[in-house]
Amino acid sequence: MKLILKIWRQKNAKSQGKFVIYSLDNISPNCSFLEMLDILNEELIQKDEDPVVFDHDCREGICGMCSLYINGHPHGPDDAVTACQLHMRKFKDGDTIVIEPWRAKPFPVIKDLMVDRSAFDKIIQEGGYISVNTGGAAEANNILISKEASELAMDAAACIGCGACVAACKNASAMLFVSAKVSQFALLPQGKIEAKQRVKKMVKMMDKLGFGNCTNTYACEAECPKLISRSNIARMNREFMCAKII
Amino acid sequence: MSFLGLFLMVFLVVHLGINLCLLRSDGGEWFNAAAHFMGTNYVVKVFEVILLACFILHILLGIILQVQNWMSRPVRYEITNKTYTPFLSKYMIYTGSVVLIFLILHFMNFYFIKLGWVSNIHVSPEGEPNFYLIAQDLFIQPVYSIIYILLFIVLGFHLNHAFQSAWQTLGVNHPQYNTFITRFGTVYSIVVCLGFIFIPLYFLLIR
Ligand code: SF4
Ligand code: FES
Repeated sequence: MKLILKIWRQKNAKSQGKFVIYSLDNISPNCSFLEMLDILNEELIQKDEDPVVFDHDCREGICGMCSLYINGHPHGPDDAVTACQLHMRKFKDGDTIVIEPWRAKPFPVIKDLMVDRSAFDKIIQEGGYISVNTGGAAEANNILISKEASELAMDAAACIGCGACVAACKNASAMLFVSAKVSQFALLPQGKIEAKQRVKKMVKMMDKLGFGNCTNTYACEAECPKLISRSNIARMNREFMCAKII
Repeated sequence: MSFLGLFLMVFLVVHLGINLCLLRSDGGEWFNAAAHFMGTNYVVKVFEVILLACFILHILLGIILQVQNWMSRPVRYEITNKTYTPFLSKYMIYTGSVVLIFLILHFMNFYFIKLGWVSNIHVSPEGEPNFYLIAQDLFIQPVYSIIYILLFIVLGFHLNHAFQSAWQTLGVNHPQYNTFITRFGTVYSIVVCLGFIFIPLYFLLIR
C-alpha cells in the first residue's frame, strides 16, 4: 500500500506544533497501525531525523496506552478496537491519513502524538479503589453477589483508561471513564462501603481538572474500544445525586 | 439543566392547550378567557414566577456549561470529529439560542403587553388586551408565520434530544425503558412542534 501521512509534530509541551506530511510505500495491509508507524520511524531514523513519538505498550488492546486520533476518530475508523489493534486493511491504497494527539485541556501534549494522561490517575487517586485492611484472605463465597451485578461490574471494569471517550467528546468530558470506575465498585458489596465519598470526590476532581460537562451526545460510547455503556454515566449520576442528598 | 428542562416541557403542553383555543371560531372567547385566567389567577401567578426563574436559570446554566465545554478543548482537531452521534444532539446550544431569540420576540408580542410594558391597539372596554386579536394580527402576516413555523421546527429538534437527555442526566437509564423514553421524546417533540405550527397555518391557509 502507498500512503500519505499527515502527522502532528510538536517538539515539547511548550513549543508550537505543526502538521508534517510523510509518504510511505510498500506497506502490507496486514500490518498493524502501530507497525506502520514503526516502519515510518525506521525510515526517519535512517535519514537522521527525529522519529515520531507515540504512546504504546501492550499492543494487544489491554493497557490503554495507545492514543491516536486518526482521520477524525479516536483509535481510528474500526469499531471496538484500540489503535494498536487497528490494521492497515481498514484503509485504501493511496489514502491520506491524518494523525493527531488526543485534544483536551487536561491532556496536554508532551511530544508529537503523546499526551499526558495523569489527570486520569488523579481521578483514580480520589477513590477509584476499595480500602482493604491486611489480614488473612477471606472466604470468597462469604459475600454473595448476583450474576447480573457481577457481569455489569465486570463490563465496567473493562475500561482500560485510554481516554478515547474524552478525545471523542465535543466537550472533552471524562464522564464515561469516571462512571466506569465508579460503577465497577458501586455495583459490588465491597465497593458500597465507600461509595458515597468515592463518587463525590472523583466527580469533584474530574471537574477541577477541567474536563467538560456531559451533554449526552454519546460520542464516548460510540468510540470506546471496550464498549463501556452510557448506562454507567446514568448510574454515576444516580450515585452522585443520592450521595449529595442523603 | 435536566429538571428545569423537564419542567419547561410540561409548561409547553399547557401553553399548547391554551393556544389551540385559537382554533375555535368563537371570536376568541375561549382564548381570551384562558388568557384572562392565566393573567389573574393567584396560583398561576406563583407558577409564572417559578416558570420565569426556570427559563432564566436554564438559559444561564446552558451558557455557562457551554463556555466551560468550549474551554475544555483549547486546541481544536484538524479533522472534525466524525463519530456518529444522534441528529443535532451536538448543537443544543445553537438550537437553544434560536429558541431564545424567539422567546424574546414572543415576550415583546405578548408577555410585555400583559405587563403593560409594550403598548397595543387591541384593548377591550374593560381595558384588558385582546390577545386573540393580537395573535390573529400576527399570524395573518406570512413573514411572521413562516418565522414562527421555522422556529418551532428548531424547537422540535431541541426537545427531541432534550427529553431523553434529561432522563439520562437524572440517572434514569434502564434497558427495559430506554426505548420507551427515546420514543416518547420523539413523539412528544413532534406533537408539540406540529401542534404549535398548525395554528399559524390555520390562520394563513384555512380560515
Ligand atoms: S471508557 Fe472506554 S474510551 Fe473511555 S477510557 Fe475507558 S476504555 Fe477508554
Ligand atoms: S498499546 Fe496497549 S492498548 Fe494499545
